[in-house]
Amino acid sequence: MSAKPGHPELAAEFIKDTERMHWHDKALWFVREKRDLASQSVDEWEELRSLANQIKTHTIDKLDFYLEQFAQNAKQNGIHVHWAKDAEEHNKIVHTILKSKSVKKLVKSKSMLTEECHLNPYLEDRGIEVVDTDLGERIVQLRKEPPSHIVLPAIHLKKEDVGKTFEKFLETEKDNCDPTYLTREARKHLREKFLAADASMTGVNFGIAETGGVVVCTNEGNADLGASLPKLHMASMGIEKIVPRLEDLSVFTRLLARSATGQPITSYTSHYHAPVEDGEMHIVIVDNGRSDILATEDFKRSLHCIRCGACINTCPVYRRTGGYSYGYTIPGPIGSTLGTSNDPKRNKTLSFACSLCASCSNVCPIMIDLDEQLYKHRQTVVNAGYLDKTKHNILKMATWVLKYPALLAFGGKMARIFVPIMPRSILYSKINAWGKKRELPPFPKNSFKELYKKRGEKK
Amino acid sequence: MKNSRDNILKNIRSNIPTSTIELPNTDIKHMQYKDKNKKFATSLTSVGGNAVWLEDQSIDDFIKNNYKDLKVIASTCKDVTCNTLNQEDITDQHELKDVDLAVINGHFGVAENGAVWVNEEDIRHRALYFIARQLLIVVKKENIVDTMHEAYKRVDFEKNGYGVFISGPSKTADIEQSLVIGAHGPTDACVLFV
Repeated sequence: MSAKPGHPELAAEFIKDTERMHWHDKALWFVREKRDLASQSVDEWEELRSLANQIKTHTIDKLDFYLEQFAQNAKQNGIHVHWAKDAEEHNKIVHTILKSKSVKKLVKSKSMLTEECHLNPYLEDRGIEVVDTDLGERIVQLRKEPPSHIVLPAIHLKKEDVGKTFEKFLETEKDNCDPTYLTREARKHLREKFLAADASMTGVNFGIAETGGVVVCTNEGNADLGASLPKLHMASMGIEKIVPRLEDLSVFTRLLARSATGQPITSYTSHYHAPVEDGEMHIVIVDNGRSDILATEDFKRSLHCIRCGACINTCPVYRRTGGYSYGYTIPGPIGSTLGTSNDPKRNKTLSFACSLCASCSNVCPIMIDLDEQLYKHRQTVVNAGYLDKTKHNILKMATWVLKYPALLAFGGKMARIFVPIMPRSILYSKINAWGKKRELPPFPKNSFKELYKKRGEKK
Repeated sequence: MKNSRDNILKNIRSNIPTSTIELPNTDIKHMQYKDKNKKFATSLTSVGGNAVWLEDQSIDDFIKNNYKDLKVIASTCKDVTCNTLNQEDITDQHELKDVDLAVINGHFGVAENGAVWVNEEDIRHRALYFIARQLLIVVKKENIVDTMHEAYKRVDFEKNGYGVFISGPSKTADIEQSLVIGAHGPTDACVLFV
């Protein structure tokens, strides 16, 4: 695997524009606040989280059984079921189906799994036009960028950026960046694509084992329009998307949209159990490393994720560094744990892109222990010898100092004397990574230990 | 492909522990609203739709009084006579592209989120729900439940291959978090209780 820039390098690029960084931070916090209001409006919210956790734990622990039940019932419903061990096989299966139907134009709704598999370039290389139909995804597709967030793919862009992109590709009015105008223009543009499409592709939010159908949740209606116009509908589903019973959806549909955007439910919660009249429906069940994560006691709970994005919106690191700083399909806390599980060498910096504040775990509707996982993944990276040398040496030094209380006390004393009189040029030099874009707090005269001792003397 | 199926299942089997956690009962004590109608209306308004309780006029009159510039009306609702397009007669769903108003039957509404359950029971092309410019969903007055817990008790796929909870019109906030009503689906959604 080629060396790629890690989170610190990519984040440095993002935070260069301070004003934009703060704007991004606020945009995400706004979504987080909407989530808080929505969750607080449900009396039984914590009970729902606990139920969701139990359902997912049970399902993942019996995943082989439920996957087989799902596949069997889906087949009985007349749906074709395929299994793909990895991204390559997934792409091959999809292409083979499209080729057999001579499909030239495909409309796609949001699917992080197809992003993970890099399906678009695979199909485009084989002469198939792929149009992402979610507005945010279409914007980034036109800009040749990946989504920067799993629910809000274009959250990193300002309306002026979108206006410029549409001017170039959709010939919209010059300098008109009114969101309503731009959305209407996109609607016209994509309506033509929907009507001309030979096939559609969607992701899957939930696969129901007992009924053999899949559920897709969207606000824009793009998945539904796509899946109901052409005769061919394909859905890609990660093996972890299974829920055992239809009634389990009562728990998940109450949690998903409230956690994601603060809505009480998505505009459309579509349940597909059969193709359209004279049509065909295919489901591709994809593993791509997921069954290996099952074997890791510390990290298997990352497979409980329903991709609401709440952990991303609340993460202080994501909010200030943006989705592209992670260099992984899924950014933020959930992406950092999945990414490290999948390829600890390539994604060695991700578990450190975390302040261990645990806000992610507190908002997660499935109660996944994300902060614990990131903490433990740091050990994965260190034990495998992938930690950056400078960081490794600093940590070694810190271990040494912390081992000897007298040395720590002496070091602290020296710091309290010298840091306040040190010139800025030295104090905020390159070595002090912490001091980038941040001011050190004023140094106290005494250490905690000294203060505590004094307090005892007074009594 | 058969191999991948077996390999995936084999890998799962060798990796998972034997579970001791049973599936929980999802039928928990949930929120109940004193005035379900009011809650439904508030929820639906908050997501960009609106709810109307029809008192002494017909659905036809309601359409005449509340909609303008309707060239094509496609209704699956028996009580509607101002229908201009019978979707049952259409073989290619693409022909529904110019529908200005779709009048459809909803089975029940959900007070907590303003959603209505619709399925394929009386409709030939599910595309109608999404391709129409405006949507009017007709629901019987007595059919409102509190939450999704009750909602899923009324849902089944014995006779229908497709069903959807529709909560308001289609919408997006993908450009700078500004909410725009009317993305790819209907730009307007009204639930009419009769």
